[in-house]
Amino acid sequence: MSESISQSDNFEELLKSTTGELVSKIEQGDLVDAVNLLQQINEARNRNLYQEVGRLTRALHDAIRNFHLDTAASMPASELSEMADATDRLNYVINMTQSAANRTMDKVEECLPVATSLKQEAADLRQEWARLLRREMKPEEFRQLYRRIDQFLQSTESQAAFLGENFSEITLAQDYQDLTGQVVKKVITLVHDVEASLVDLVRMASQVDRITGIRHPDAKQEQQTQVKPASVAEGPVVNAEKRGVDVVSGQDEVDDLLSSLGF
Amino acid sequence: MNKDMKILIVDDFATMRRIIKNLLRDLGFNNTHEADDGLTAIPLLETGRFDFVVTDWNMPGMTGFDLLKHIRADPNLKNMPVLMVTAESKREQIVAAAQAGVNGYIVKPFTAATLKEKIDKIFERL
Repeated sequence: MSESISQSDNFEELLKSTTGELVSKIEQGDLVDAVNLLQQINEARNRNLYQEVGRLTRALHDAIRNFHLDTAASMPASELSEMADATDRLNYVINMTQSAANRTMDKVEECLPVATSLKQEAADLRQEWARLLRREMKPEEFRQLYRRIDQFLQSTESQAAFLGENFSEITLAQDYQDLTGQVVKKVITLVHDVEASLVDLVRMASQVDRITGIRHPDAKQEQQTQVKPASVAEGPVVNAEKRGVDVVSGQDEVDDLLSSLGF
Repeated sequence: MNKDMKILIVDDFATMRRIIKNLLRDLGFNNTHEADDGLTAIPLLETGRFDFVVTDWNMPGMTGFDLLKHIRADPNLKNMPVLMVTAESKREQIVAAAQAGVNGYIVKPFTAATLKEKIDKIFERL
């Protein structure tokens, strides 16, 4: 960058220093020298332009390469860039989180009836036990209770073991956080890289405009009139603290807002 | 409140549909059905004699907001209670949903207690 600026500065200095000479030559009627000077200016401009174009071409090449585009390979367009890879990665995140959620819910659904039956059996036994304590139990009933307690202790042991296994599987199912986190980080890096490359391209385009003297009609005003309508969905707000007052920070604020509207 | 009422759960993520279905089951509602966006929900609503809709906002095809407006504009469906359960938490969106006639609005992530409270409130008022 600094190199190119100094080159165009050189050209500007040359232009400034020779213009005075050119005017005086023309005033003196020395047309041959004047034409030579013009020629010199022209050559310097061309040289500057060629150098700039060469430099920009190289930079452009680098920038394109930074997009991680494999232009040499004869692959379909969708497989040309890491964007396709990023899409795959993000789909992987969706699949991972979905399977983790399903695994967790499957395990919870298996545990719920076990917990319910434990609770029920314990409640029944406690009633029987209370009868025993109140000495309302006949010897035959007591023998039954005796066996039932033994069964209950056995099944409690195995059911507690089953619950424990399921709990550790539920814990294991949370490993998606680690795996998806790594994948998302990679995609974030790619997005940063692509952004940097785009900024480079824009910067180069503006330099091309500068040395060739192209001016564009102002496109900024059109962009600013595009305002998002309220009903466009934007998904979860990931940084509610930074967003300030336009988003609510929880259900309480939703309720407050709705009740202020007469809900 | 009629625990046998027919409920349509509309969400593009199967996991979220499952979570809502499970929470509703825990609250005693077993007659639940599912759709993955507004476009698939509408034909079900038109023919299925549903009593209640629980919908997400952000879905491909047709959003929950558009589904809400569609329901309110349809003479056969316009009185259907609609509960929005969504990650959309901009104030202007909540106001827009209220103006479009939503009956309740829950922001994700949410709890079983919140879901129960909002459903109770909706059916208290009907």
